[in-house]
Amino acid sequence: MATVDLNRVRKSYGAVEAIKGIDIAVADGEFLVLLGPSGCGKSTLLRMVAGLESITGGEIAIGGRVVNGLEPKDRDIAMVFQNYALYPHMSVFDNMAYGLKIRGVPKAEIQARVAKAAEILELGRFLDRRPSQLSGGQRQRVAMGRAIVREPAAFLFDEPLSNLDAKLRTQMRVEIKRLQDRLGVTSLYVTHDQVEAMTLADRILVMNHGVAEQVGTPLEVYQRPASLFVAGFIGSPPMNVLDAHVEADGRTLALPCGAALPLPHPQPALNGREVKLGIRPEHVAVSADGALSVTVDLVEALGADTVVYGRLPNGEALLVRMAGLPVCREGETLRLDAPPPALHLFDGATGRRLED
Amino acid sequence: MRTDESAFGRRLMDAVPHVVLILGVLIFAFPIYITLIGSTWDAGTIARGNLPLTPGGEMLDNYARAWNETRGDRIIHTPVRIMMMNSLIMALVIALGKIAISIISAYAVAFFRFPLRMVFFWMIFITLMLPVEVRIIPTYEVVANMGLIDTYAGLTIPLIASATATLLFRQFFLTIPDELVEAAKIDGAGALRFFVDVVLPLSRTNIAALFVILFIYGWNQYLWPLLVTNSGDMETVVIGITKMIGNGEAATDWDLIMATTVLAMLPPVAVVVLMQRWFVKGLVDSEK
Repeated sequence: MATVDLNRVRKSYGAVEAIKGIDIAVADGEFLVLLGPSGCGKSTLLRMVAGLESITGGEIAIGGRVVNGLEPKDRDIAMVFQNYALYPHMSVFDNMAYGLKIRGVPKAEIQARVAKAAEILELGRFLDRRPSQLSGGQRQRVAMGRAIVREPAAFLFDEPLSNLDAKLRTQMRVEIKRLQDRLGVTSLYVTHDQVEAMTLADRILVMNHGVAEQVGTPLEVYQRPASLFVAGFIGSPPMNVLDAHVEADGRTLALPCGAALPLPHPQPALNGREVKLGIRPEHVAVSADGALSVTVDLVEALGADTVVYGRLPNGEALLVRMAGLPVCREGETLRLDAPPPALHLFDGATGRRLED
Repeated sequence: MRTDESAFGRRLMDAVPHVVLILGVLIFAFPIYITLIGSTWDAGTIARGNLPLTPGGEMLDNYARAWNETRGDRIIHTPVRIMMMNSLIMALVIALGKIAISIISAYAVAFFRFPLRMVFFWMIFITLMLPVEVRIIPTYEVVANMGLIDTYAGLTIPLIASATATLLFRQFFLTIPDELVEAAKIDGAGALRFFVDVVLPLSRTNIAALFVILFIYGWNQYLWPLLVTNSGDMETVVIGITKMIGNGEAATDWDLIMATTVLAMLPPVAVVVLMQRWFVKGLVDSEK
């Protein structure tokens, strides 16, 4: 049980700055997901918390204790790796017990702790097996068991589900969520999968190019993306981004395609300026008197919902996601409307959200 | 008719490789067979040059005399039991010593980042170009100055350093995933613990395969033992066999040489047979 505090944490490889100053305070028992595309520095950041990468600048504290100079073993953390990193020559029991053995925990207590972890993870039948005799999901459970028996201050997960197939991934995701609820251990979880991030996280830290784009609860990140990058990264299919011009009267947005949409809330500072307008595909609705007119290019029927690839009169693409079965066909013209609360405004130059 | 023809063709295709392989086996096995047969006849029969292809009646006598006695009919030799023991000690020390030294150096080169790491790696690599025969005179000089002539130390130590084994182990270590190393770090295993608890057990099959190769390498050493052993008590069996060949046919106890040769073949054969399972496993897969 502990907090994890990152204070202006930086990492450079020679002249290349991989992490450009990350600040975050993870509360005791919180589940923080580090989300971002590959190469954004999220794994590096996690490995710095683990002590596997040196810290170029700033401070990392676990449970209030600065750990910058400490070896991984002294940081009171446990890590779950993408490829499980189980010892291939040891039984499941020995894999889980190894860390405790090294720390000189008495045999009886090792037995008890492993038995308890095995029960939580339903690994009891497999304790004598080798990792090579287990399926991917079972191996990942053993890797988590190895973390649990240590009773660490924090769990670090490095894309733990990436090696599993889609079905198993969903199942393990639910298991991790339950496990964390049950154990209440502070967790840092790295992933590039937004579904994992949305479902598991108490808060998400969205990273891009070594910078924290946004920190917030999953719904905050979805409903009020702080930048164009976050807007494009969270949500599937990604948010539509269109050029727009705020009219001088401060009430309407003029689009290059000729349409005009009401401004969600008056922002005098924006009057007469060019902005980027974000609209989520699922927030666009078919409406007979809608302001937007699109020609349907392609229709993807997914069963539960339908994705329509539309084209505005000026050629800009507009994705629409509708619940249920298709209501239009390729080549048709649709009239669409986007209600004011669904409109997100971003600064075209900085990409940051324009707030009221 | 067509099906018959193709069936015949298929049988022919099965037969040809068999014939070729059996011929190969016969060619390889024949000299060994001759040696075996020779060890069961008396010296006179062999010396006359028309050795029968069936076993004679002198087998027990030949082997007993070669094993125990110093006097043959025509020459004096070191008893084979002493030579075999010398060879065994030499082969074991060389094989185990090579494995011990090379696995440790490979561990250092593969897992640690230290200054001049690549320099050391290349120094090891370059010694591949300097086999025993090339450096034999300076090595002899050093060993002689250290007073190690006619000792087991002199016989074995100069042959222990092994670039080949170091490189093999290094290649294997590089296949151990980084994440395993990191998991061990987080588990709290230091360098020595990790070596003993993880690296050594994972290297078992490689060690076994190398042991077979290196034992035979050590057992068959010829030039170096020839130089550093003077007294009969330190002779190895490979040296002994050549020394038993006297001057000319008439002065040689061929029956004893044949028996000694057969005896000298046994330990390498035993090592290969006993460790075959491990040996093949070590060469084929790296248990992961």
